[in-house]
Formats: sequence, structure tokens, C-alpha cells
Amino acid sequence: MDQPIWITFFVSFIILNVLLIGMAYVTWFERKVLARFQDRLGPTRTGPAGLLQPLADAVKLLGKEDLVPAAADKWVFLFAPVVTFMTALIAAAVIPFGDTATIFGQEVNLFPADLNVGALFILAAGGAGVYGIILGGWASANRYSLLGALRSAAQVISYELILGFSLVGIFIMTGTLSLREIMLRQHETLSIGPLEVSNWFILSQPLAFVLFMIGAVAETNRAPFDLPEAESELVAGFHTEYSGFRFSLYFLGEYVSMIVVSLFATTLFLGGTSGPGAEEYWGLGLLWLLLKVVAFLFFYVWLRATLPRFRFDQLMGLAWKVLLPLALLNILVTAFFRLIANGEVF
Amino acid sequence: MIILGENWIAIVFMIVATFAMGMLLLTLARIVAPTKPSEAKSRPYESGIPDVKPVRPQFTARFYVIAMLFVIFDLEAAFIYPWAVNFDLLGLNGFMHMLVFIALLFVSYAYAWKKGALEWV
Repeated sequence: MDQPIWITFFVSFIILNVLLIGMAYVTWFERKVLARFQDRLGPTRTGPAGLLQPLADAVKLLGKEDLVPAAADKWVFLFAPVVTFMTALIAAAVIPFGDTATIFGQEVNLFPADLNVGALFILAAGGAGVYGIILGGWASANRYSLLGALRSAAQVISYELILGFSLVGIFIMTGTLSLREIMLRQHETLSIGPLEVSNWFILSQPLAFVLFMIGAVAETNRAPFDLPEAESELVAGFHTEYSGFRFSLYFLGEYVSMIVVSLFATTLFLGGTSGPGAEEYWGLGLLWLLLKVVAFLFFYVWLRATLPRFRFDQLMGLAWKVLLPLALLNILVTAFFRLIANGEVF
Repeated sequence: MIILGENWIAIVFMIVATFAMGMLLLTLARIVAPTKPSEAKSRPYESGIPDVKPVRPQFTARFYVIAMLFVIFDLEAAFIYPWAVNFDLLGLNGFMHMLVFIALLFVSYAYAWKKGALEWV
């Protein structure tokens, strides 16, 4: 655990930059994959296989005028995108990218912080992210923005419940909220008769995993739950009035939170860095983590390419009438089995 | 205690660093991007139709109902989390308590459903 504080800062700084660069390439990945789904090629002109496309986009967005509507609440309007951007990145602070590694003879923790309330911290950061959206939509003084922001607030708080409840099963089984400990627990192997399987929580909590994924897609405002920015009815939703780099901050925030949620899901359900060789070499662990995250991101794009958008009443009905009882049921069933495993009943 | 402190220092660092990054990007955009405000540009976007009256922040009461339900169930989550973390310690007794607690909330949930609070008209 003990390391000089500058190493913690250094690791945090690297993770922030990797996330931002990763985010740029998620946009490239999404465009490429989406294009393939639609029998197109996607970006090809900018560099080999369009790999410089994110850079070109960034340069273009930097050069665009930053408009503030006359009726807008100026300071709130200017600051709201920064809130979304910040909360999306801060959530990554508790994600473990491995345990302690030895680099150049120095013990380095491959995580910025190992909070004992790690899972709660990510949920809180996700909840705080909605402030950026609702403040931005409110301050824009535009009907579409206001509607988009309200929808987003209602959607995010409803699905935040699902997200929160779906994880309780894992907390019952591990007895901790620390993401590092949850991840390390999954590095153990279970033996069921002659079979040796990894203790990934997707195997013991399959219902929770499904609930979590639905909640995660809704929480990040992605298709088919992208109602806050439903372009066919709300122009662009909460960011209708935003232009230039302030729009980009919303955009960055959305994609970074996609990556963070994928990392979160991987840590909770797919064993994080767990995989062959990950115990010996931390680099291999990182590679496994990356592979799993890319699989999740592919899933996101796949959903967007396949499913039409929900109606708002369907969206809220799904959360409150179907997923919430299921999540509560999952908690009770998990608790019951845990009691049996502890030998307290029967 | 020391370990806890170090972890929170890292969080504070992340907050400061992300804020600095956001501000840096916006400052860069301010330097590079052109600024030519005009009356037409600063009007609210209405798909090209002239704006009739200023936007009044007015919305359906359904949003309030959802917010209230959220507070109730989020509080439930706030009670369930510590119970889940200490599950092995509390054992059967704790499970029974939680069963009663969830059953009580389920009654209010059924009532809200029956009253139509979960419908979106």
C-alpha cells in the first residue's frame, strides 16, 4: 500500500490521459463498427484506416465558435459542461487496473485510490453527472434543452436505483464495497466437482449482471435509452444550444462514462484483470482488462446499431415496474443462499 | 487512518486535475475559436421558426412524483448497503429484519403502483 504520494499522482495522471485518448478512439471504434453494421467503411481518409479521425474532429471542434444564447443563464451555461466532464473522469479514480506491481524496483499501486466505499463512489459520481446535464439544459433557455434535461434527470435517477440494487448481491457475497477487494476475490478459483472455474460474479450473479447492463446503458444515456438527446423529437436534447468545445465536453463526458461503466462492469462481474498469466505479469492483466472493456464497448455499439429507441413511458415503466422488483428479488435470493452457505438455515 | 487519508488525497488530486484539464481545453478553444456574436445567433434554437414567447420553466408534475419515489428507494438502498456489507455478521437475524423492511417498502410500492404513480400519461 505504501508508496510515495507522487507515484499516486503520477498513476492518476496517466489514467486520466489514457481515458481521454481512449475516449477519442472509442469514437473512432464506434464509427468503424457502426459503419460495418450498415455495410459501409466508416472513416478511411484521415490516416491509415481513418485512425487520425478523432484528432481531426478535435481540431475542428476547437476552431468552432462558442455561442451563448442571449436568454441563457450565462455562468451556469458556461460551467455545466465542465461538471459532466469532471464527474465522468473522477469516477475512474477507484477502478483497480491491477493490484500492486513492481516497476523499476518500485512498488506501484495500479489504482489511484482504494476507497472502502469504492462502488458507492462511482454511483455517486454518476449521480452527480446528471447535474451537468440538468444545469446545462435549464440554463440554455430553450424548450428542447429543458425537456431533454428533465427527461435525463428522471431517467438517470430511476436507473441509478436499478444500478445500485443490482450490486447488493455482490456486496453480500464479498462483504466489502472496495473495488480492489471485489476484484481480488474474483481472482480465486472455485472447484465445482472436477471443474475449476474462475470466481467471476457473472456466474453467481447472472440476473444482477443483466440488470446492471440495462441500468448502465440507461445511466450513460446511450441507445436504446438515449431519450435525453432523442434527435427526432428534441433536436439534440439538453445540448441543443451548445457549440464548439463546450459541446465537446459533454461529448467527452458521455464517452468517458461509457468507458468507466465498462471498467466498472468488468471489475464487478468479469474479474477485472483476471485471466491466464495475469497473476504473474501485471501487463497481461491490463491486456485482459482492455479486452473485456472493448467487448463491453462493442456491446454498446451493437445495441445502438440494432435497437430502436424506447418511448419515455416504456422507459420509466421498465425501470419501475419490471427491473426494480427483479433487483429486490435478486437481493433476497442472494441473501437466502448466503444464509444456507453459512449454515444458518437448514 | 493514514491509508484512508492517502486515498482521499488521490481523489482530491483527480478533482483538481480534471478541473484543470477542462479549463485548459476551454481556454485553448477561446484562443483558437473565432468570436463573432450576432443577434440571430444568440436567439434560442427553434428549428428556424421565430420564437413566440420566452421559455418558461414549466413541466409536468410527473417528474416530481418520480423524484419523490427515487428519494424513498434511494434511502432504502442507503439502509441495504451497510446490511449487505455486514451480512455474515448479522446472519439470520439481520436477514429477517431486512425481510420485514423490504416487505414494508413493498406495501408502499404496491400502493404507489395502484394509485398510478408509476404510470406516465
